Amino acid sequence: MHRTKVRIVEEALDANNTIAQANRADFDRAGVRVVNLMSAPGAGKTALLERVVADLPDVRVGVLEGDVQGSMDADRLASLHVPVTQLNTDSGFGGECHLDANMVRSALPGLPLDEIDLLVIENVGNLVCPAEFRVGEDARIMVSAVTEGEEKPLKYPLMFRACELVLINKIDLLPHLDFDLDKFLYNLDAVHPGVERILVSARTGEGIEEWRDWLARAATRAEVPA
Amino acid sequence: MHELSLSGAIVNTVEKHAAGRRVSVVNMRIGALRQVVPDTLEFYFGFVSEGTVCEGARLEQELIPARLRCASCEREWEIEVPVFMCPGCGAAGRVEVASGDEFRVESIEVEEAACIAQR
Repeated sequence: MHRTKVRIVEEALDANNTIAQANRADFDRAGVRVVNLMSAPGAGKTALLERVVADLPDVRVGVLEGDVQGSMDADRLASLHVPVTQLNTDSGFGGECHLDANMVRSALPGLPLDEIDLLVIENVGNLVCPAEFRVGEDARIMVSAVTEGEEKPLKYPLMFRACELVLINKIDLLPHLDFDLDKFLYNLDAVHPGVERILVSARTGEGIEEWRDWLARAATRAEVPA
Repeated sequence: MHELSLSGAIVNTVEKHAAGRRVSVVNMRIGALRQVVPDTLEFYFGFVSEGTVCEGARLEQELIPARLRCASCEREWEIEVPVFMCPGCGAAGRVEVASGDEFRVESIEVEEAACIAQR
């Protein structure tokens, strides 16, 4: 027995990225644009989707709903008569806390790609892992609720840097909170200078039109910066 | 908490190159921007590698500081807090990551039986 050193020099996440590229190629072939929606649990991903998925002008939307367990969110969205596919991660080790490219790949055969223009992948609620795993999306969107505090970007830079749009949700609660919006935006710009952001309230509808327009543009854009 | 899935990614990458040989050391280069907790990664790596060629292997983690570069003024600097703004150009600077986002398997040490066919 002797020891040999083997030089590798390979990013450990390359394997995931390769599968993500294969997914993206399949989506491209089907003419479907894909966005990956990420946030901490309870920031309002599903509520923000409920507000827009059924009435995007000239855009047929499908949703791939990622959850550790259950189909509560999928049921909410299916009641709006958009095609929803549930992807549970609990077959993984104790329930994976994110979607990866391979899980999305396994869901591909069940997706009605011929019938949609835009696929929204609602990731598992988590502010760390989803940022590391591309799934084949054109753009990544993260939701940050004002109830989460203004220092969030500094605590989770990986996530706040890994997105092309930040939805700042629950702004109807601002009068009741100590949340300093200017400070949050300052922190956001420190971590991801100039990233697109929309202030929204899924509850009151404020900012929803802008959010809907952004999604409609994402669905028709030839190339979304990713 | 992402150290669990990252450990899985390490084992998968190593398995591909180990070609069935038993691995005794895995040398990683990990950038500060990956937000990896070394002890946690080591813990999960031990756990995830059970039953694979990596079982019992030592995980060596070389930590790479986060360095940014401003494409506007060509300044390069190291950061300890995640502020991606050029100290010279401010918001106008085009800041890029020079190093610190690696999560790379550099090399492995494998055990192999002495090859008698080679002289």
